[in-house]
Amino acid sequence: MMMVSMALLVWCGGWWLNGRLANSPASNTSAVKLLVPAIFGVTLLIVWELLVRGLEVSLVILPAPSVIAARFATSLPILWQDFQQTILKGALSGYIIGCGAALLMAIAVDRSDFLRRGLLPVGNFVAALPIVGTAPILVMWFGFDWQSKAAVVVVMVFFPVLVNTVAGLRETSAMQRDLMQTYAASYWQSFFKLRLPAALPFVFNGLKISTTLALVGAIVAEFFGSPTVGMGFRISTSVGQLALDMVWAEILVAALAGSAFYGMMALIEKTLTFWHPSQRG
Amino acid sequence: MKTVLAVLSVLAAIAVIWYAACVPMNIKGVLDAAERSGAEVVPATARERRDMGSFGLVATNSFAIRDVWSQDRPRLPAPHQVAVELWETTVEKKITSKRSLIYHGQVTLSATLLGFVIGTGLGILLAVGIVHSRVMDMSVMPWAIVSQTIPIIALAPMIIVVLYSIGVQGILPKAVISAYLSFFPVVVGMVKGLRSPDQMQLDLLKTYNASLGQGFWKLRLPASMPYLFASLKIGIAASLVGAIVGELPTGAVAGLGARLLAGSYYGQTVQIWSALFAAAILAAALVALLGVIERLVLKRMGVQA
Repeated sequence: MMMVSMALLVWCGGWWLNGRLANSPASNTSAVKLLVPAIFGVTLLIVWELLVRGLEVSLVILPAPSVIAARFATSLPILWQDFQQTILKGALSGYIIGCGAALLMAIAVDRSDFLRRGLLPVGNFVAALPIVGTAPILVMWFGFDWQSKAAVVVVMVFFPVLVNTVAGLRETSAMQRDLMQTYAASYWQSFFKLRLPAALPFVFNGLKISTTLALVGAIVAEFFGSPTVGMGFRISTSVGQLALDMVWAEILVAALAGSAFYGMMALIEKTLTFWHPSQRG
Repeated sequence: MKTVLAVLSVLAAIAVIWYAACVPMNIKGVLDAAERSGAEVVPATARERRDMGSFGLVATNSFAIRDVWSQDRPRLPAPHQVAVELWETTVEKKITSKRSLIYHGQVTLSATLLGFVIGTGLGILLAVGIVHSRVMDMSVMPWAIVSQTIPIIALAPMIIVVLYSIGVQGILPKAVISAYLSFFPVVVGMVKGLRSPDQMQLDLLKTYNASLGQGFWKLRLPASMPYLFASLKIGIAASLVGAIVGELPTGAVAGLGARLLAGSYYGQTVQIWSALFAAAILAAALVALLGVIERLVLKRMGVQA
């Protein structure tokens, strides 16, 4: 009971502190903007810990954050192996192949009006479908190892990047294109100097959406068969053994990897599209 | 008209490529079957053929090509095989049958819809809170955005096991995953939408002496509708993926995800493909349905759609 009331107290305290910070005159400084969500996150973790211990929830069913952190620290080698297998081999190689293919395809589509009219609605349609479902087929074709995971990722990231890139390449106004023509610019000159830069915000939108899809594809594909290593494999076997602290540790890895991957793309976007209004703010 | 023609020819090209791809993909299986039934095959044994390229085999055994589109368990089923399987498992089976895709589809669909409704409802509530409370905005919103970068699907197996161990099973665990997946797109989109009225419009309401509630119902909520529907379309597709993935790790016996898993265990490729198409059709239908509702709602509200 002590712990439960303490959890309530911590929650109220955190909320009060955030309220003070958010409504204070300093609320627009970047320090406060970082501090407030950080306090919220820490409060949540403490409340979780206190509630699990106070209400005596079985640590098997819902491990407390401290248990998860301990498990994370002690099984770093396994987590690192899984990370290599699933993220570095499966997701990243699939992401690079898929996005590269989609960008090349987008240029081809952009050059031909017929293809753009025909392929874009189909691509838009396919992008909304549950493509993760192709995982069993691709695992059957490419075997259990990371190649099949990369294949699933390729299929998953291809259409979002394609659709966004094609939309981006249409972004320049007729006036700008005419200007390039009066300069007697060739197709590739106007492509690299005008249309590709103008398309970059859209391209990066597709690339950022695809980071999550790549991880999801690589993890889910492992549910359909994998060597005895990998995050999806570890999650499904640990769930079977009710080692939920291990599952949470894997989720923590997935979360960190996903955020880092996304953050990396956002950083590249920022350096490449510094001129765009959305980046100036 | 030109667009329709272009789409149709792209679809036709896909079908042609698909049929053509069946030849090298399936040729080994066809030749093995032919050898067993006593036909003359070059080279003669399966071991020799194993290391040969598919195209070489096609070249030396051109008689076998007509069989690649009618195998029982092909590596790549031909489009008409998938279509026939879809027809047989939807129209010709009773919908209560365990082999009916409609039966499996509705299992998945009910989890999807329940989760979608829960996720959307909570998402809208949170968005309203975020827009009206600066504390919530500053504390929750960054986490909502970060959570979009996390492969949440990884949680699915655990949620199911945890809920099972406290006695909740059946549709609810899958719905929780669906709800979780549709929750954040709705929050982010709805916050954007509720913030979309510009300062001029907000000031105008202030000069009318409108209360907070009036401002919400008459300005913010209507203005947010296009954003809401855009995120609902993303949310429902994500919900369906969530429900399907939620069926995978526990070896569920019913649902499209269970069909996929069973098909992959027993090498029933045609079954996998038909389940995949059923899922795709379901997703397309749901998104299209939301599109229709969007048009009706916006029209009713007098927005030019």
